[in-house]
Order: sequence, then C-alpha cells, then structure tokens
Amino acid sequence: MKLYRAHVLVCAGANCSLNESKGVIKALESELVAKGLDKEVKVVETGCFGLCEAGPNMVVYPEGIIYSGVKVEDVAEIVEEHLLKGRTVDRLVYKEAVSSDPVRYGKTDFINKQQRIVLRNAGVINPEIIEEYIARGGYEALGKCVTTMKPEEVIEVVKASGLRGRGGAGFPTGVKWGFTLKAEADQKYIVCNADEGEPGTNKDRLILEGDPHSIIEGMAIAGYAVGATKGYVYIRGEYTLSIKRLQLAINKARELGLLGDNIFGSGFSFDIEVCSGAGAYVCGEETALIESIEGKRGEPRFKPPYPGVKGLWGKPTVVNNVETLANIAPIIANGPEWFKQFGTPSCPGTKVFTLIGDINNKGLIEVPMGITLREIIYEIGGGIPDGKGFKMCQTGGSSGGCLSVEHLDVPMDYDTLPQYDSALGSGALLFMDDTHCIIDIVKNFMHFFVHESCGKCTPCREGTMRLWEFYDKIASGQGEAKDLEILASLSRTMQKAALCGLGQAAPTSVVSTLKYFRDEYDQHIFDKKCATGVCKMA
Amino acid sequence: MEAKCCANEAVTHQDKLAKVDEVIARYKDKKGALIPVLHEVQRVMGNYLTEEVLIKVAEGLNVPFNRVYGTATFYTLFSVKPRGKYIVRICESAPCHIKGAVDVIKAFEDELGIKVGETTPDGKFTLEYTACLGICGVAPAVMINDEMYGNLNPEKVKELIKKF
Repeated sequence: MKLYRAHVLVCAGANCSLNESKGVIKALESELVAKGLDKEVKVVETGCFGLCEAGPNMVVYPEGIIYSGVKVEDVAEIVEEHLLKGRTVDRLVYKEAVSSDPVRYGKTDFINKQQRIVLRNAGVINPEIIEEYIARGGYEALGKCVTTMKPEEVIEVVKASGLRGRGGAGFPTGVKWGFTLKAEADQKYIVCNADEGEPGTNKDRLILEGDPHSIIEGMAIAGYAVGATKGYVYIRGEYTLSIKRLQLAINKARELGLLGDNIFGSGFSFDIEVCSGAGAYVCGEETALIESIEGKRGEPRFKPPYPGVKGLWGKPTVVNNVETLANIAPIIANGPEWFKQFGTPSCPGTKVFTLIGDINNKGLIEVPMGITLREIIYEIGGGIPDGKGFKMCQTGGSSGGCLSVEHLDVPMDYDTLPQYDSALGSGALLFMDDTHCIIDIVKNFMHFFVHESCGKCTPCREGTMRLWEFYDKIASGQGEAKDLEILASLSRTMQKAALCGLGQAAPTSVVSTLKYFRDEYDQHIFDKKCATGVCKMA
Repeated sequence: MEAKCCANEAVTHQDKLAKVDEVIARYKDKKGALIPVLHEVQRVMGNYLTEEVLIKVAEGLNVPFNRVYGTATFYTLFSVKPRGKYIVRICESAPCHIKGAVDVIKAFEDELGIKVGETTPDGKFTLEYTACLGICGVAPAVMINDEMYGNLNPEKVKELIKKF
C-alpha cells in the first residue's frame, strides 16, 4: 500500500458541489502534478463535513486544518504554501462564528459538541471506495450477525438499545422488526425510506452521499433479523447524486460478496434494488411509498394492517428511515449499553439535524438526543446572523411546530416536543429572525400542503386548501375575529380525521403559532398591521 | 428543404418509438415496472409523455390505461403536456422562501416572459415549482434539468439564463 505524507479531503457533497468543489478538486490534482507532489499528497473526495454554508470545504491532514470558501484560484496558493512549504494559508482557514479564531478539525465547537454515530464516516472516507468503509470497521457487524447470532438475538440487541425510528414517528425499531419476524410468509421485504421531502431536511441525502455502505449494511442486518432476502431503497427522483453513489456502492458490495447469495458463507442471501421516486412528498408516508414501489399513484393505504405484517405486494415489510438504518451497524458492533450512554433514557442515541434559515453555521450536525435549542443555536450554530434576534424555530420540517424564545431550554426528543405542540420529525430546524412574519411563513407552509396533499381523503384535500385561504385572507388585511376559532377547529378536525400523517401533521404549525405567536394574529386581524412589513395589507 | 426536414423528423419519431418499445421489453416481466418505465420513456421522448406512448406502455406492460394515465399525472416529475428543452424547477419551500425565493421566481418569470407552469413560445424553457431540493444550505435554489443551482438572487438569475 502506498503511503502519503499528507491527505487533502475535499467535500464533494451536494452543497459544496454547487459551490464549485468539483473545479477545486480538479485544480488541486493538476496543481499537485505540476509541482511534482502527486506521489506524496493524496486528494480524497468525501461526503459532507456539515459546514455547508461555508463551502467548498477541505481538510488538510496530518494537521487537520480546515479551509473553507476555497475557490479554484486559491488552490495554487494552498499547494505552494501549505503542501510544499508547510505554512498555513491563514486567510482561508475556517473561522467559527462563535470564536472567530481559526480552528482545526476536531477542535471546533461546531464539530466538538457533536457526537457522530450516523455520520461517523461522512467527510472522512471516500464514499465511492468500499475498502475505505471496510477499513473503518464496515461490514464487521453484518459478519457478526450472520455468523454468530440468531435473528432473535439481533432483534433483542436492537430492542435493548432503545433505538427509535428516525423518520419522524419515533417508533421503537426493534419492536417493529419483531412484528415482521413473527409474521409468516414465503417472502418478506426491507424497504429503506429515502424519500426525503420534508422542506429543510437533507440529512438522508448527505448520509447516502457520504456513507452509502452504512445503509446497505443496516438493511442486510435488518433482512437477516426478520427473514427478508430482498431490499428496496426508495430515493427521491431529484436526488440524482445519491442514486448514483448508492447504485455504485451496491455494485461494489455485490462484487465482494457482501450482497447476493450466501453472504459470509452463512447461507443468508440478500440483495438490494434502488427505486427512484417521481416527485411526490406524500410518498414519504410508508404505505404511499409502498404503493409507489408497486408502480401506482402514491396514495396512502388504510392502517391496519401495518406494513410489518402486510406491506409490499401484500408481504410483511419493514420500512425504516435512512438514519435509523445507519445506526444499526454501530449498535451491533458496540452493543446496546454503549448506545444508551448517548441521549436520554427514553430516546437513546443521537439525532442528525439540518440547521437552515437565519443561523450562522448552516449545515448538518449530529448531537445527543435531548440537547436544547439554546445549545444548538448559540454553541453549535454560532447564533443568529447580523446581530438580529431569534424569533422562531420550526422543528421537523413544514409538518412540524413552531417554537418561540420561551422554548430555548426544552430538550429536543421524541417525547418532549409533542408536549409543546411540536415534533422532532425529520430533524430539520428552520430558524427565523425577527424580520420575518409568522402569518406569511405559515401561509407558505399551507401553500406547500395544498400542493402536496394527494387528494385521497377529504379532511386533508379540503382542509389544507381552506387553511391556506384563511392565511391569505389574514395576510391581506381581511381577517375577522371568527377566523381564529375556525382555524383552531379545522386544525383539530384534520389532526383527528385525516387518513395519513401528512394531513394529520399539516396543521401542526397552525396550532403552535396560534398558541405562541397569538399577538401577531391579533395584530393582523384587529389592527390590520404587519409589524415586519412583510404582508401587504389591502 | 421543407420536406427533407420533416422526413427526418418522422424518422426520429419512429426511432424514439422503437426505443420506447425496447424499454418496455426490458421491463416487461418485472414487478412494479410502471414508474421506472415512465422515467425512461419520458427521457426518450424528451421531457413529456404523449398519449401515444402512454397507450404503448399500457399495452406493453399489460396495465390498464387509466392506471398508467393516473400514475403519470400524479407525480410532478412526469408531464403529459409538452415541456421545454430546459425545465427550471424552482423551490418555494419555507427555507428558500425566507431567503428570497419570491424575488427569484419573479426574476425568472420576468426574464422568460412566462408564469410558473408555462413554457416559452420557442419551446426552450418551462417553469415549474419543485418540492424541497435538500440543498437548503445554499437557498434559494433551483434545478434545471439534472443540475442544481444555489445562492440565487435576481441578478444571478439573469446570468444563469444566459448560459442556456
């Protein structure tokens, strides 16, 4: 094996790619050849580091210096100064919004306050090279399961870890697997839900792009545990890079016999197929997703029966989120006790959040469950830009609730947030500073649901449209006192009567803002004023 | 010249239909083939699905036509109406909204002289809304065919359109 004196890790994730990281990689490679350093310095294309706002990002090892906002024209200087002469290029070193001092990888608050289990390899390995995943302990957990453990034992470990589904509902993963193990059938399926459509969420995409093998391994273990031999990954059609990387990873795993027949000589066979979605938010709902894999309109089914018993093509099917599956191999490898040291007793482990909107450090973070909003904003997120005030944080995407300044110390987990009319959901955290209007933003959420409601059930099809009309009316200065009551009662109806999670969760932001931002409703309705000036009053 | 051009086009159309048949043949005995077939067939036909090919797909896969049509019209990535060579998919989800997506949409509409949902008369551009593209770190963002573009504002929109 070749030894290199330095490694340059360049993020080739979606956000950095848009900021020309491909050009930076190309320039870097040709500059190294020009300077005769290509035998000494290795360039590695990695997945996302999480510092998306500052991209394109690179880390130079062995020092661990992070450079951010690197442009093609900066490459020559980095090669000349840092890689040839060993002098750091200070003007490009990543500066943390909190400290404003230059920082090293592993020494920043942004990285240090995090606990990386799911993102253990993202930004560290080249996702297109299976050997790098294996070198970091990859596929050991699968080997351990199929050669030394019984399916029941695998499920016991997952149950004991307390892992809960990371797609939003937080259902215990081991219990879910147990239902499917017990169901008798000639064929069972594992489905990975990568139809990430919740606005502001991109964790699944970055896991798939940064560490695709962790999903393959998690699915194969799930297959062994419940007795399934076939898996499907349902990815949004818009995620072209994720589809490409995952397909490549599946091919490599097949070549090495880590997928296919008789894995590790154990007699267990498992294979995975990638299904591309075609643009429908509702397909993130598990039964709608199953309909879509079957080649139909993505309309949710009535439950029960649940997919665990009767799912894809009527067979018992485990549907797990990408992030859930990425947790499986580490849990098997390190044991449930190790996993339970992170997070809270009822929600062990970590959660991946995407920080977006009005926050200094935008990007992807993984932190222990139960962290507070205050810690996320001020210790990791670097605060609100331009010295503006924090106004609102919507948790879990457009179907989540809106927290205000009074909730900064609420622990973020599956059990606590619902007490504040919100939800952990997909882990999107959308921050808004005090220049934005609540009525305007909720109107935007409702517009989204009008478009995405599949139209199958009346409470959702009609309810989303009527909610949007009310917000449009209030935003244009036509609101009446009785609208407030109608909004509340219509929301209750939808929460109780809609067929699937989409319609039930659509009014979450209505309910929470009516409670925590009532003064803004009153202002628009009674004073015909929008304090932020966003709404144009007629 | 006129006749020659149209003869060529007719051949091209036949070529496309032959390719459609190939796609259908490849998926014929596969379970749940409808959506991947529609994806591929749409690519062959160029950005939208005609009634002619939908009937071919229905007959080829032995799926009722109403189900093929229902599926093709359910998903936003498929269209049964002609669309331009370049499909500009604009994100108006909350994260892009608060970063100025409204101005970006207006800039696209003004520059191209069409509204969202319409196609330019020369058949070059179609404007559509998309669900969140998951690149919120560089909001506001759009996707043009398979490529994504971020950190947009009205000036950058003008520059971007010139590239096509």
